[in-house]
Amino acid sequence: MSHLDDLISEDIIAYLDAQENKSFLRFITCGSVDDGKSTLIGRLLYDSKLIYEDQLAAIEKDSKKSGTQGDKVDLALLVDGLAAEREQGITIDVAYRFFSTDKRKFIVADTPGHEQYTRNMATGASTADVAILLIDCRYGVQVQTRRHAFIASLLGIKHVVCAINKMDLVDFDQKVYNDIEYEFREFSKDLGFSDITCIPMSALDGDNVTRGSERAEWYSGDHLLGYLENLDVDSADLDRPFRLPVQWVNRPNLDFRGFSGTVASGVINVGDEIMVVPSGKRSKVKSIVTYDGELDKAREDMAITLTLTDEIDISRGDVICKTDSPCEQADQFQAHVLWMTEKELFPGRQYIIKTANKSAAASITNIKHRVDVNDLSETAVKTLGLNEIGVCTIQTGAPFAFDPYRKNRNTGNFIIIDRASNETVGVGMLDFALRRAKNVHWQDLDVSKKVRAAQKHQKPVMLWFTGLSGSGKSTIANLVEKRLLDLGRHTYTLDGDNVRHGLNNDLGFTKADRIENIRRIAEVGKLMVDAGLITLTSFISPYAQERRMARELQGEGEFIEIFVDTPLEVAEARDVKGLYAKARAGEIKNFTGIDSEYQEPETAEIRINTVDMTADEAAETIVAYLTEHGYLEGAA
Amino acid sequence: MDINDLVTRAEALAETSGQSLSTISRKVLNDGKGLARLKDGGQCTMKTFDTAMATLARLETKHAVDSSLNLTHLQRLEAESIHIMREVAAQCENPVMLYSVGKDSSVMLHLAEKAFFPSRPPFPLMHVDTTWKFKEMIEFRDRRAAEVGMDLIVHINQDGVADNVGPFSHGSAVHTDVMKTQGLKQALDKYRFDAAFGGARRDEEKSRAKERIFSFRNENHRWDAKNQRPELWNIYNTRVQKGQSMRVFPMSNWTELDIWQYIYKENIQIPDLYLSKKRPVVERDGVLILVDDDRLPLRDGEVPMEKMVRFRTLGCYPLTGAVESEAATLPDVIQEMLLTTTSERQGRVIDSDAGASMEQKKEEGYF
Ligand SMILES: Nc1nc2c(ncn2[C@@H]2O[C@H](COP(=O)(O)OP(=O)(O)OP(=O)(O)O)[C@@H](O)[C@H]2O)c(=O)[nH]1
Ligand SMILES: [Mg+2]
Repeated sequence: MSHLDDLISEDIIAYLDAQENKSFLRFITCGSVDDGKSTLIGRLLYDSKLIYEDQLAAIEKDSKKSGTQGDKVDLALLVDGLAAEREQGITIDVAYRFFSTDKRKFIVADTPGHEQYTRNMATGASTADVAILLIDCRYGVQVQTRRHAFIASLLGIKHVVCAINKMDLVDFDQKVYNDIEYEFREFSKDLGFSDITCIPMSALDGDNVTRGSERAEWYSGDHLLGYLENLDVDSADLDRPFRLPVQWVNRPNLDFRGFSGTVASGVINVGDEIMVVPSGKRSKVKSIVTYDGELDKAREDMAITLTLTDEIDISRGDVICKTDSPCEQADQFQAHVLWMTEKELFPGRQYIIKTANKSAAASITNIKHRVDVNDLSETAVKTLGLNEIGVCTIQTGAPFAFDPYRKNRNTGNFIIIDRASNETVGVGMLDFALRRAKNVHWQDLDVSKKVRAAQKHQKPVMLWFTGLSGSGKSTIANLVEKRLLDLGRHTYTLDGDNVRHGLNNDLGFTKADRIENIRRIAEVGKLMVDAGLITLTSFISPYAQERRMARELQGEGEFIEIFVDTPLEVAEARDVKGLYAKARAGEIKNFTGIDSEYQEPETAEIRINTVDMTADEAAETIVAYLTEHGYLEGAA
Repeated sequence: MDINDLVTRAEALAETSGQSLSTISRKVLNDGKGLARLKDGGQCTMKTFDTAMATLARLETKHAVDSSLNLTHLQRLEAESIHIMREVAAQCENPVMLYSVGKDSSVMLHLAEKAFFPSRPPFPLMHVDTTWKFKEMIEFRDRRAAEVGMDLIVHINQDGVADNVGPFSHGSAVHTDVMKTQGLKQALDKYRFDAAFGGARRDEEKSRAKERIFSFRNENHRWDAKNQRPELWNIYNTRVQKGQSMRVFPMSNWTELDIWQYIYKENIQIPDLYLSKKRPVVERDGVLILVDDDRLPLRDGEVPMEKMVRFRTLGCYPLTGAVESEAATLPDVIQEMLLTTTSERQGRVIDSDAGASMEQKKEEGYF
């Protein structure tokens, strides 16, 4: 590593100090196949004298064997490190290389140009500040050039260098250069880059890489390395709102409880008031703990551990914010998705979504459109294929704390994981929430029936189906539950099947047992309503008094009695389960309607006449009732 | 109205904050060329001047605050490594840290202490001992594990021991394969670790430059270089299939210089072998081999001699060449390292075969 830095031999300590104060930049090379990306990195490393003698000797040997440049050294071999890459003369996966100049340290990712490996390009681009987009001047802007420019813009890269390469092959013809520059600027004007710099280049010969070029005397701008050394990357704007995604709860003993994570943005001070999203709990920062001692303040990109003045419940997946500007939370989003696997994305399928600190089940509910990388036009599609980019709506199984990606690159992104293969099959950038959980983080609410119901966006209620055996209660209740589920509601049905065999398997059919049966069902149902569920019960419940008892257990407006009115003759004629026959034959005792009475409800909210109505119509009627009476209107 | 003062202070701010003068001009005067004009004798209204001065004062304060919070390159690397370690601790069921006693392992251990402080790192250390390590390395290993308070698993391939496998009797390739590679696979299978931290860096070797931070291995511990998972931002997919496991490289983005500089700055303990002193060595096939114990069979005519030597990497002593050096302190070593023109792994007999050897080894299960 022969940095020609005299300090190394003169004053090594001063040299090390100088190293520490260098600024830092991450960039990628990207662009279409064979445009010279790897060659350019090789050239940068070579010209900055970062290649060891033994490495160079190895490359010279390999160049003869598998190089593409005859007797010249094939500089791409310095970065194309996999056997398959060297054999085929292409880049397959991203290579990370490191170099520094007297001013700056650089991490550069050389990405592959082949469309097939786009996901590897995205991998490299996700952590870069600058993208160097290469264009082979003989071919101009290609589909892959556009795709890479678009992905770079999606991922939030602000600075782009358009390196118009292989100018040696067109005698550094300025017109060729101008035409490509014009075409690229036209294409990228809506991509949101804050600056685009075009440079005529020969990566192979080194023109305008780390030195100027006499062959391009008409070009007056800086060479690439000069640009990279002097670029004013908006160093983290520490005025942004504070976010600490909690990664790990630090509990060495009962006296210490800290929350560890990497600060995603902003600054935090000891004493600052904080709020936890999504829970809405509030507290104050007691200390900022690090191995090197406690700090007064901490900033973006630091890996810290916070302790708070109150014992509040915080776990991995939560985001600690300052109270003045907490992040949003939601479970439905619109996002830009880049799909990364051959198996297509299908709306409705379940995946796992993972942000920096949280995973949850999720499904893509809808693909609004696909973006065509050629002209950025939008097409309606049913699926997304490999390397396609679409705007999708996403429903997650748990609320996520987030910021829109364009506001925060650390809290607005996620990856999509296939549940069966565990592979990463896509990535996304959040645009905005489609449905916000209202009010939740402004008050520290105790978890109550109301809060639980609000979380489910519904009014909990008990739908009490009553009627003779075989009247159709369960059939109708099941249909109602299906409808409600389709509408995104949270429900549960209690019926003979799931209650009699477990909770009530000690009860028979005497009057006392029947009463106890109903009492228990009413109590369990009450707990379910308290949990925020729309609870359906489907029991004969023959006695008016027990039905009244069930009603009185529920709060005002939370009990709806549904009388499934099927005359005995009709039910008996249907006799779906053959029970009436058995009862008539005396094989079953205390059978309602035969030798045990059924007291018809007089105040049922809904009466279903199954002689005039099909089961579907009955279910429709009930859902219509719920809608009319405001039970399905979002949060309570 | 002291326009001169405005211009001088704006220039000073540009200099210290690394922003261009026109950026500052845009911020204080709403006009990128404004300051340049004033400098050339241009004029402005009293009101414009007052607002500009006020804005400039605000920028100066902000810059002072921000720069007190500046992160150096090393601090960034440290934070990234800590983030990775915490992610593994939070997501994996049975992680382990492979500890090879070298300088990179020393840094990795130090980072682990930082990541979980005041807790102890919530995973054990594991050393795959080939039984031919330098004596000093073993002492150092046991002492450090005890000081940090982490459990230490030492695994030795007993099949290899039973067959008397060693570098002299079987040659370096067989010895390394049996005692290191096979030993490691045995240990990982035995303890069913789902994630193993390694201290490898991307700047070490050309196939390493291609490897993800979270790198997956199939049930046979093979790396499929051509089919790696995408790895975007700092979001790591830690889900493994049955039988799969992960190698996690928290120091992927560190360079050799970063490692040395960090050891120096943080005062991290490393084995003495890295520093030069008089040691008994024999010269064999152009390589200086330390006479570490009496298992080194001396060839005819070989007489151990005392030389000022140190080691650039630590492995099995018969396979690790010493370099003659006067560098007895850490800064001396760093200086020497920076002035050499051959890469670090040269001293290792195992890596000097041609072409894609490291990639091949990894595909066969070498870490
Ligand atoms: N004449 C000339 N040839 C070049 C120049 N830059 C690259 N090449 C050649 O173009 C070919 C492709 O170069 P690479 O660097 O492998 O291209 P790449 O963009 O990395 O290719 P992929 O990564 O596979 O997409 C090689 O034969 C290079 O030697 C240049 O400036 N001038
Ligand atoms: Mg390439």
